[in-house]
Amino acid sequence: MNTTDVSAFPLRLEGDAIPMVSFKKVTKSYGNLVVLDSLDLDVAEGEMVTVIGPSGSGKTTVLRMLMTLETINGGVIYVDGEPLTHMERDGKLVRADSRHLRKMRSKIGMCFQHFNLFPHMTALENCMEGPVHVLGMSKKEARERSEELLAMVGMAEKRDQHPSRLSGGQQQRVAIARALAMRPKVMLFDEVTSALDPEVIGEVTNVIRQLVAEHNLTMLMVTHQMGFAKDISDRICFFYSGRIEEQGTPDELFGNPQKERTQQFLSAVKEAS
Amino acid sequence: MFDWRWDFTFEILPRLIVATGNTLLAAGLGYAIAVVLGLVFALAQRTPFRPLTIAVREAVEFIRSTPLVLQIFFVFYVGPQFGIRLSPWTAGMIAIGLHYAAYLSEVYRGGLESVPKGQWEAAKSLNLSTARTYFRVILPQALPPSLAGMGNYLVGIFKDTPMLSVIGVAELMHTANAIGSETYRFLEPFTLVGIIFLCISLPTAALIRLFEGWVRRKLGLG
Amino acid sequence: MSYFEFLGQYGDRIASGTLITMALTVLSALLAVAIAVAAGLMRMAPNMAVRGLATVYIEVFRGTSLLVQLYWIFFVLPLFGITLEKFTAGFVAVGMNLGAYGAELVRGAILSVPKGQWEAALALNMSPAKRMIRVILPQAVLIMLPSWGNLLIELLKGTALVALISVADLMFQVKQINGTTFMSAETFGTALIIYYVLARFMITPFMRWLERFMLRKMGRA
Repeated sequence: MNTTDVSAFPLRLEGDAIPMVSFKKVTKSYGNLVVLDSLDLDVAEGEMVTVIGPSGSGKTTVLRMLMTLETINGGVIYVDGEPLTHMERDGKLVRADSRHLRKMRSKIGMCFQHFNLFPHMTALENCMEGPVHVLGMSKKEARERSEELLAMVGMAEKRDQHPSRLSGGQQQRVAIARALAMRPKVMLFDEVTSALDPEVIGEVTNVIRQLVAEHNLTMLMVTHQMGFAKDISDRICFFYSGRIEEQGTPDELFGNPQKERTQQFLSAVKEAS
Repeated sequence: MFDWRWDFTFEILPRLIVATGNTLLAAGLGYAIAVVLGLVFALAQRTPFRPLTIAVREAVEFIRSTPLVLQIFFVFYVGPQFGIRLSPWTAGMIAIGLHYAAYLSEVYRGGLESVPKGQWEAAKSLNLSTARTYFRVILPQALPPSLAGMGNYLVGIFKDTPMLSVIGVAELMHTANAIGSETYRFLEPFTLVGIIFLCISLPTAALIRLFEGWVRRKLGLG
Repeated sequence: MSYFEFLGQYGDRIASGTLITMALTVLSALLAVAIAVAAGLMRMAPNMAVRGLATVYIEVFRGTSLLVQLYWIFFVLPLFGITLEKFTAGFVAVGMNLGAYGAELVRGAILSVPKGQWEAALALNMSPAKRMIRVILPQAVLIMLPSWGNLLIELLKGTALVALISVADLMFQVKQINGTTFMSAETFGTALIIYYVLARFMITPFMRWLERFMLRKMGRA
């Protein structure tokens, strides 16, 4: 079960069309509870993949592992061809050290369900923090980039406000700008609308729609907004108890689900909405 | 009131006020040591190195569970036994500083634990370094919830300085005792000491509450 | 002199000091609890004079030092015709001081009993006293017991000060022994360990037991 032996996995992915994100036989468990069971999932560059499924199906864990917020028990994750969870030493894959993790993390940005803005910094300071202190950008440059992004998410006027003065939807838009300011190659959206009042969900989903339309970002999203997922995703993955039960284009999955569990889940969701 | 002598009161008041200066100095110095050392204790308990974590945890527990007055005696008298002679002030500051460092480390610990996990995760997702995460993200948020406790212990250390009189630090209590044994009058000096303590600790406690609100607003957490 | 010889020679005095310290702790704890409940309830009384009296008591005892209070009770009270024997003066001072801190715990705990409980008791038409005794206090006790654990350790530590008015407690004994032997590490070190054992292996387990006992009694265990 605990496949810590990773000798069978390649040191890096090579070839023409390497996926931006690649999970290879990834396993995650807490004690006896298996959260992800030998997951294989590739996400191509520029692709928008949405993960849906009942709670406890492991969908959030997929994003958290990519952000290195969770360790994995088996398998290897590759980002941009390079191993994320491991690194090469003497021609073998070994567990990544903190330096390797920091290098790889710079390719990934994440937005959280509860925003996690820094409460003692203004919207602008939240966005500038990473560019200045991680990327080593000049304050002037970072400010320009941050202001541009805040304008893009429609928060230019509130840039000097602290998070406590902003609504949930506004906070989430700032959080998106903050993540984008790091110029990640992969963006992760972890239930970004779940903590929002219904009337402000649209302002956040519109920002993500715009991102999909105008930028060639690779994105992974976990959401309960089925209509939204259907509109913007290239592919939908339905997770059930730690594995991908079914996946396909939105039309395939929502229009003609093949597996019984998918049908049950989708009709239950439809009932509720 | 009874046998209260105003002429005697005014005669000893200047001496007591000078001694109050020493009391405030002792409290201030001791607190400065405790604030810094307490943070060291608190952060040491968060390192991944288990033996250090456990050793510091036990030391903090030990210091918190034993009387300060005994610790003062211990620091002052044990040194000379091994050839290290400490002045009453030095010994007093070490003892009271260590004692309150143990208390403050618990306050900091609570403050650090009150910062939501999501803040750590956001810092990680932005790839902030550990030092940057602590100083720019975590500590500013751990500070406001710690302020009430820190304030309580500032008043606490001030009220505990009379214990330094036992090894001859010439603070307020020591001076009142000296006046008592010179003149055989205890009513005025001891009562005045009580009044002086009340006059300093009550407004200080109120000021600390104001300061707490100010810091919260300053950090935009109000 | 080895440490064992030291213990052989002075063990009796250290043991008798420890017993005095334990007696002081128990007596001042009982006094502190009684004062805390009385002053805590008075602090919330509708009558302003009663409330004011409790407030003054709490602020004076929390605003000055235990040592100052101890000296005042021992040296100054006799001038008013109230002479307490030094042992009594000792535990009264400690009890009154910690009682003031305890009063705030009592008040805080009573205030943090959910409002719905007051309303439910009122809806059953209970008298104010019944509401407090039957409904509010039992729940407040559970809320404040953990804080009392810490307060009792403070109280134990506070009793060490009575050595300064020559009550022959543990602190006093080791100070005397140190004065004749100059074996400071042994004397004060032994006392430190004894205080630690009293705090961590007697008071803390006792309070834990009391918490569990109360929880069981209220059917929440």
